[in-house]
Amino acid sequence: MEDYKKTPKKPLRIITYALLALWAIVVLFPFYWMLLTSVKSYSSYNSEYIPKFFTLSPTLQNYADAFTSVPLGRYLLNTLIFTVITTAIMLIVITLAAFAFARLEFKGKNIVFVIFLSLMMIPNELVVITNFVTITNWDMRNSFPGLILPSITSVFYIYLLKENFEQIPDNLYYAAKVDGTSDLKYLLRVMVPISKPTLVTITILKVIECWNSYVWPRLITDDENYFLVSNGIQEIREKGFGRENIPAMMAAVVVISVPLIILFLVFRKKIMEGVSRGGTKG
Amino acid sequence: MKVVLQNLTKKFPARGKKNHGDVIAVNNFTFEIPDGKLVGLLGPSGCGKSTMLNLISGLLKPTSGKILFGDDDVTELPAEHRGIGLVFQNYALYPHLTVRQNILFPLQNLKGKDKLSKEAMEKKVVDAAKLVQIEELMDRKPGELSGGQQQRVAIARALVKMPKVLLLDEPLSNLDARLRLQTREEIRRIQKETGITTVFVTHDQEEAMSISDQIVLMKDGVLQQLGRSQEVYDNPANLFVAKFLGTPPINIFSGNVSDGKLYIGKDAVLNTSGVPNMEVYVGIRPEGFLLSENGSLCCAMGGVEVMGRDISIVSMNEASLNFSIRSIISSDSKVDENAAFVHFDLKPNKVLLFDKKTEKRITF
Amino acid sequence: MFKKFFKNSNLKSWLYLLPAIIFLGIFMVYPLIDVFVYSFEEGYNSASQTYFGTGTYNYSYILHDPYFLQAVKNTFILVIITVPLSTGIALLISLGLTSIQRFRSLLQTIYFLPYVTNTLAVGLVFMILFKKTAYSDGLINMLLSLFGGDTVDFIEGPYWAKMFVLCFYTVWVVLPFKILILTSALSSVNPVYYNAARVDGTSKFRTFIRITLPMISPMIFYLIITGFIGAFKAYSDVVALFGTDLNAAEMNTIVGYVYDMLYGDSGGYPSYASAAAILLFAIVLTITCINLLVSKKNVHYS
Repeated sequence: MEDYKKTPKKPLRIITYALLALWAIVVLFPFYWMLLTSVKSYSSYNSEYIPKFFTLSPTLQNYADAFTSVPLGRYLLNTLIFTVITTAIMLIVITLAAFAFARLEFKGKNIVFVIFLSLMMIPNELVVITNFVTITNWDMRNSFPGLILPSITSVFYIYLLKENFEQIPDNLYYAAKVDGTSDLKYLLRVMVPISKPTLVTITILKVIECWNSYVWPRLITDDENYFLVSNGIQEIREKGFGRENIPAMMAAVVVISVPLIILFLVFRKKIMEGVSRGGTKG
Repeated sequence: MKVVLQNLTKKFPARGKKNHGDVIAVNNFTFEIPDGKLVGLLGPSGCGKSTMLNLISGLLKPTSGKILFGDDDVTELPAEHRGIGLVFQNYALYPHLTVRQNILFPLQNLKGKDKLSKEAMEKKVVDAAKLVQIEELMDRKPGELSGGQQQRVAIARALVKMPKVLLLDEPLSNLDARLRLQTREEIRRIQKETGITTVFVTHDQEEAMSISDQIVLMKDGVLQQLGRSQEVYDNPANLFVAKFLGTPPINIFSGNVSDGKLYIGKDAVLNTSGVPNMEVYVGIRPEGFLLSENGSLCCAMGGVEVMGRDISIVSMNEASLNFSIRSIISSDSKVDENAAFVHFDLKPNKVLLFDKKTEKRITF
Repeated sequence: MFKKFFKNSNLKSWLYLLPAIIFLGIFMVYPLIDVFVYSFEEGYNSASQTYFGTGTYNYSYILHDPYFLQAVKNTFILVIITVPLSTGIALLISLGLTSIQRFRSLLQTIYFLPYVTNTLAVGLVFMILFKKTAYSDGLINMLLSLFGGDTVDFIEGPYWAKMFVLCFYTVWVVLPFKILILTSALSSVNPVYYNAARVDGTSKFRTFIRITLPMISPMIFYLIITGFIGAFKAYSDVVALFGTDLNAAEMNTIVGYVYDMLYGDSGGYPSYASAAAILLFAIVLTITCINLLVSKKNVHYS
């Protein structure tokens, strides 16, 4: 019913667009700046007392530097390994747990579920201290198990998946039972495929979380060989490139940011929908 | 205040594919709603009646044509300046406001010379609440009310600012059958008490016929017929109107007129002098059948349903366009359910003829 | 007949739950209890894992630690500025977004970008934008002097300048989520209410105050609560801007203090870290409860 839009509203509309465009610039500008700086040569960047908004002689040298003078490739590989393994194990753990809560009947189910739910309210900061001590005691600092183990369960995702599982009609389960299907087979053949959209959402959210995780990896690793990208970038900032090679630093930042941005552009709808269903940052 | 629509047309740009033409929701509509009357706007779903209502309310702007309230041209006036009251299909009560605040809401919008004092507003709210008999619910939230009560609040909210025209969009469709009957009498009463010109949109012909001073029938955006309910029922202008009005629906046969006689199949059923020889649709109201052993219309007996005061005979005839023919006969008549055939005479005033090509009514 | 299926299922069900229970037990439940124990163990030595006794000394130590007090102050300033500001800006932007037709989807995509970027990496970009070095005043200072302002080093300069950058970056980072939530809340308001308001001649402003705002109030409230919790836990954005030595930069936050006590050059004091973490948790819990109380009066749940 957009009729009768009266003419005096035009200025308002122009102001609206202007403000929206302004914020779009504020959002995009850092991305532009990192791209721009990453293709400026070291000498031309440092000779610009007043930074220029463009460059006429773009160079890819910074990207080469980023990969050779600091182990950026190593950081990326570590993050990839960490992300894939953490996400994969987590998916298995939460699927099994959600299935038990949604589908199986057993004594104490409700009380266990309430305990699980109450764990959702516990901030990570509270448990990280002991986990740090635990992993240290287990001699797992600077190792993938040490990085991965504490983050492979998520009460929230169990909850999300359980809700989804519960929407699958009981009759399907009974039909499968009558046909002699085992629980596990039913879970894998029926419930998982039906819940694929939710599983995809959870996967994407977890991947974003893993890719950006900083605090735990920082606590648990001090060997560069186990740094993830976030720690890597912090290391680069404090020690890398003789400190002031900002173009090379920006090249590293671009390399680190690109994978998630591509993931986002490909799965835009799914990600936004997933985040609005259940994610705050971090 | 009378409402006049002149050549009113509303086109919507076709969604999706660009090459499709516009969708014409209301097509060249002209009619007048007399002052203080209740008019039922009736038609099958998708016929454009809601668009029509939105045009009158000013929520939509017509593509062409004019709308007049009294003698004032309001075509260019948006909804907020037309001074109408609108009751939405699902009531649109603000869920976070109490009943009192909901009814008060329109009054608080008044500005300048129309602005009311707190006391005046309060009085109007109480009056409106009294009119629809919800005084005891004033401090509840809409969520705590039944459908019928919400409906009353919606009407009170529409009436509180004394609108020139009251528009009701399918106001009974969300109520259960018993409440529907009660509420429609209520609406009738309120309309009579206030004397506000009212337009009532519905797809339920029984509802429209029972409470309207006039009904307006539309199909595919085109006005089919308007008039008093009984008039339209007795003298439908075309096949669509005849089929749309009446429960059980009218029985339609394929027939032809030859030498002043109407034939259904091989049976000459009626004298229709003055009608030229032609192929026709024959519409016979269920109450237009008379049981008669030597009746001119012979049908295969299908069954008998007892409905108390009346009985309904279900029968079959090859010329019938419906699978079965339904006739309603007084239960005094004796019917042999096991007979192979049943014979009817027809009441001439319940038999309607329509041109097979134009589907227009042929009078005889 | 279904009883038969469940006969054996008690044990089996626990098997399905076992992995989750083990991991949650070791990495959530046990630590939760342990952190309280730590916080009351005095003189804990992380090398020998021994302590002298129990008591509230750890709490009193951190409450008298100027670094902790600085961190509390910083955190509160950050929370008080960014939570209302980001919620307000998000509401404005969402209102703008829902009122336009063209470019809507494009703008929504752009606005969401910060959500999927690495906080540490983009923080570095903000740092060089705001930083003033010997070689260059940096872009922001250039703009400032363009408008006749004085240049200032936002990264290693005065306190207010650093706080400004931190707040700005925080808003930049948290806005995508808020815009997303508010835009979908706004578009889920049934348009019939707006039509009803229009028929009654309600002004745009009044429609917004009396109809739109109450109807999206649960979502606004949700954002305020999560905003408070998130802002109280600020850490990695601060590191991104000011580096890991936050105490020296006077920019530490409570969470930063916890980690510094635990690990790094000043680390090795899990008891102090635990006490600080528990205090943080208590603060967040209190604020959330206050929020809940306030909301009872002002939030409409349908």
